Amino acid sequence: MTKVYNNRAWWLILPMLLLVAFSAVIPVMTVVNYSVQDVFDAHTRFFTGTEWFREMLNDPALQAAVLRQFAFSLTVLAIEVPLGIGIALIMPKKGWQASAILILVTMPLLIPWNVVGSIWQIFTRGDIGLMGWSLRELGYGYNITSSPLDAWVTIILMDVWHWTPLIALLCFSGLRSIPDAYYQAARIDRASKWAVFRYIQLPKLTNVLVIGVLLRFMHSFMIYAEPFVLTGGGPGNSTTFLSQSLTTMAIGQQDLGPSAAFSLIYFLIILLVTWVFYTAIMNMQKDDNNQEA
Amino acid sequence: MDWMVWTTPTAVFFAVIAAMLVGMTAWEVVSPTVERKGFLPIATTRGDRLFIGLLSAAYIHLAVVGFTQLSIWLALGGSVIWLLILMRWG
Amino acid sequence: MSDSLPTTPEAVRQRAAAADSRRRRQARPVSRQWRRRGLMAAYIVFVLLPIYWLLNMSFQSNTEILGGLTLWPENFTTEHYAKIFTEPSWYMGYVNSIIYVLMNMLISIAVALPAAYAFSRYQFIGDKHLFFWLLTNLMAPPAVFLLPYFQLYYTVGLFDTHIAVALAHCLFNIPLAVWILEGFMSGVPKEIDETAFIDGYSFPRFFVKIFIPMISSGIGVTLFFLFMFSWVELLLASTLTATHAQPIASVMTQTKGASGIDWGTLAAAGTLTILPGIVVVYFVRNHIAKGFALGRT
Repeated sequence: MTKVYNNRAWWLILPMLLLVAFSAVIPVMTVVNYSVQDVFDAHTRFFTGTEWFREMLNDPALQAAVLRQFAFSLTVLAIEVPLGIGIALIMPKKGWQASAILILVTMPLLIPWNVVGSIWQIFTRGDIGLMGWSLRELGYGYNITSSPLDAWVTIILMDVWHWTPLIALLCFSGLRSIPDAYYQAARIDRASKWAVFRYIQLPKLTNVLVIGVLLRFMHSFMIYAEPFVLTGGGPGNSTTFLSQSLTTMAIGQQDLGPSAAFSLIYFLIILLVTWVFYTAIMNMQKDDNNQEA
Repeated sequence: MDWMVWTTPTAVFFAVIAAMLVGMTAWEVVSPTVERKGFLPIATTRGDRLFIGLLSAAYIHLAVVGFTQLSIWLALGGSVIWLLILMRWG
Repeated sequence: MSDSLPTTPEAVRQRAAAADSRRRRQARPVSRQWRRRGLMAAYIVFVLLPIYWLLNMSFQSNTEILGGLTLWPENFTTEHYAKIFTEPSWYMGYVNSIIYVLMNMLISIAVALPAAYAFSRYQFIGDKHLFFWLLTNLMAPPAVFLLPYFQLYYTVGLFDTHIAVALAHCLFNIPLAVWILEGFMSGVPKEIDETAFIDGYSFPRFFVKIFIPMISSGIGVTLFFLFMFSWVELLLASTLTATHAQPIASVMTQTKGASGIDWGTLAAAGTLTILPGIVVVYFVRNHIAKGFALGRT
């Protein structure tokens, strides 16, 4: 659609802008202010310059948390995206089963994040949890409070359980927008199942998938409540991700300066990744339009 | 405003950012930008180049502060030069 | 040629093979359909099993839970639910959560509608950068904003009120609403606006009388998403409240008592947090898939 150039549109944006600025710009400014000072209270504070940034960037615990965070985010993406596409392909498209399955699949997304943690905590406990108990009965000494590997696998399983529906629903809606005529043409051409997927379904999915990958990456990058409830970041620090490190520092230890510096670094990582994705989406749409024109 | 614990350097920092935004808007009104392709792999407008410049400036500062003993003024100088190069040829 | 009877053994074998493969090809869709259903069923079981376990626990007494593993409640009890519905500290948690979620939905949709319209219909200075900036707010980790929010709302005297949480959730909900609505609005042909203006409609009247009804399904889906993201968030909600506006998420941490965790009540409370979501999703089930694609398919 060609849009009209009109700067009066700013008036329509204004209320939203003021509100978001109130909840975003003022806090960001405050974080920046904190990050260059040692703050005890509003009147007792010392200018520290870039000291906190230096300290945070060279903190081995935080460096490990960053690496762990990337490892986690990439792992869940690698599992959830193919699985989500697969589920979207086998979801029924019509009838009451379609509605029922849609609601069932959506369910994990609607559960408060700490409750997701609780559900999996109950589910995986060795004494009272179905999964933990079954694994033990089968002879595997499953224990998420002492084995980092078990904790990792469980958290990834939990995230797959929690968020694969998002990818599946995105893809499902992408698939539904393909006109039946395409499939009929493919049947006449005796196209194989794979060819249908590769040349009809996948192109239609690209757009929704980019959105899905962006949302999934970002949400997994700020994961907090689920592992906090399930493992508390343990055993040791093996499942402590960035948000939890930050929250411990900010709320638990009240280290305003260092946690502010850490926040800004965290935010810059996210800003860069978001920007790369966003630019990719925009350029892809532009290429699409050029090809169609 | 007390709780925001302002300091002079951060106030100057935000003032400069605000001035840049106002300046870019004014520039845009006077002579609208044309999207063009420079040495960056994508076609960019002036605003895009400013954003890329500022974001990379932030990373330059972090790198200098975190992993070298160099003065932060050096990072600032480098960032300004990089920003100018980007705006002109990016 | 194919109608004539085969004469050589070679031809007979060929014909038999062809007939066989034809039969197999006809049979395959059926078995494939069953495989499809099997896989779907397996995934549904995977989704439901942890939830079933939660439900199972919520109907057992704590002695039964800790006494040994039972696949279904043998001494069926609703004591945990009774506790939640009779103790104000428990049920007020749900009431508080619902209050701030509704407030947030109202505020977000009210400011997002005109903004999304502007983004979908007009070009203006800085539009792309503004849109990107909105997106970064959607991506910002709440943990980053914890401290300043706490200070900010404490200073303006909103700490421990519902409106504080509602405003804080605007941080990610308004950008989300703008994003989804913009997608739906772009699907409405521009000619509709132009015709309405020619017919003498003023902008506000056109917007309320014609445009909003046209994208009502989009608004429904957007409201669903606003509900969902405000309902599931707990970090900001529990940091910005103490006792007066405490959300259910932080009430649930009370189950950790001196004598260990009260598993039954925790499970019952968890089960009750799932219900509102199911009710809401039922209403938008036909549009939800489109909403997940941000109205953009």
